[in-house]
Amino acid sequence: MKSYSLFKKDWQSELRTRYAINALAMFILVTISVILFSIGQEKISKLLTGGLLWVVIFFSAMSGLARAFVSEEERGTTLTLHLIAKPSTIFTGKLLFNIVLVYLMNISIVILYSLLFESFSIENVGLFFLAGLFGSFGIAVSSTIIAAIISKASAKGTLYPVLAFPILLPLILILLELTKYSINGKTIAASFIELAFLVSYDVVMLTASYMLFDFIWKD
Amino acid sequence: MDNYTLTLHNLTKLFGRRLIFTDINAEFKSGSIYGFAGSNGSGKSTLAKIVAGVISPTKGKVIHTLNSKIINSDNLHEYLGFVSPYLILYDEFSAEENILHFLKIRGIDADKDKIDSLFNDFNLYDRRNDLLKGYSSGMKQRIKFIFALVHNPSLLVFDEPTSNLDSKGKDTVYKIVEEEAKSKLVILASNEESDLSLCHETVFVEKFNQQEKNKK
Repeated sequence: MKSYSLFKKDWQSELRTRYAINALAMFILVTISVILFSIGQEKISKLLTGGLLWVVIFFSAMSGLARAFVSEEERGTTLTLHLIAKPSTIFTGKLLFNIVLVYLMNISIVILYSLLFESFSIENVGLFFLAGLFGSFGIAVSSTIIAAIISKASAKGTLYPVLAFPILLPLILILLELTKYSINGKTIAASFIELAFLVSYDVVMLTASYMLFDFIWKD
Repeated sequence: MDNYTLTLHNLTKLFGRRLIFTDINAEFKSGSIYGFAGSNGSGKSTLAKIVAGVISPTKGKVIHTLNSKIINSDNLHEYLGFVSPYLILYDEFSAEENILHFLKIRGIDADKDKIDSLFNDFNLYDRRNDLLKGYSSGMKQRIKFIFALVHNPSLLVFDEPTSNLDSKGKDTVYKIVEEEAKSKLVILASNEESDLSLCHETVFVEKFNQQEKNKK
């Protein structure tokens, strides 16, 4: 409940300041436009559109998800958070915020993508939905803990994608594979190993993040 | 009255190689006002932050006990009220929204009468619905006292409590500090003589740096 209150505070703050939403919206529009312009009249394969989808998602996540902690550090309100809640409450609140943001971001990207790319068609929607569900959760967890780590650093903007890349790479690779399967119409049962890997990644990242956050948060 | 005790045991703080203070041993009990005094850069704020659990000491321990039960550092925020010039609240919210959000995050039901009375005490009642970004520095300092007092903490740590305040604001703070100290433990970190004159006991932080220099 306390974490939910922190999430509500962050969400209300976001609606007033548009700190992350504007950055994400602009990035999604710009990257999709650049891809569209670079393709031109070329007809690209289904599998390539699936790959490009995750490129857009990865870089959009990099542009907006660090804000959860960075905005607190930049505004100098980190001390205030220290004084009102325990570390686990803060992490859960920030994670909830990033989860909502990632799901909204990914739903918007997929809708825009489906409208703008003719060759993007999913044969097994159920598998694509599961990949999106667990994949987005993994992106949210990883982004939140990385944001907490880099918020104390001086070169935040550069450090975030550099640190996020190796951590998100296994997730992105498995998501690319699952997207390929869902485009080709492979069944959920046949993709069980990849889905299990995805869920395991989420569990490992979530556990590690809660264990690590105490050390990051306390000086 | 709750029996709140704060014990500093061999407290040492270094920033890099620079020694701020070493081997501070002290015990503070509720019902009194204690001062952390010293010139600029002597480590008053650092000591206040360590006491508040915001930063860790390099060596030594800070033990908080309430009615002889040790308070876990993760739960310290429930018992602590903190004011300082470097404490920043959310500019995009009004003063009242800030306080209500903080109470909800703490898991405390808002007591409208108490909130209104604090806004009245600090002469902010008429401006409680204004966004904080429109507040002057003195008004921002006063809202911090509401932030520190609204959840009724047993330990109050005020670092430079009267900075940015006019004489009327200072008088309000002094009145509240004396009132709160009847049942709570109050710590004032300041180099203002008028602030320190309220204190029953004062720790001169510089002394704990000087001792080490003299040894060398």
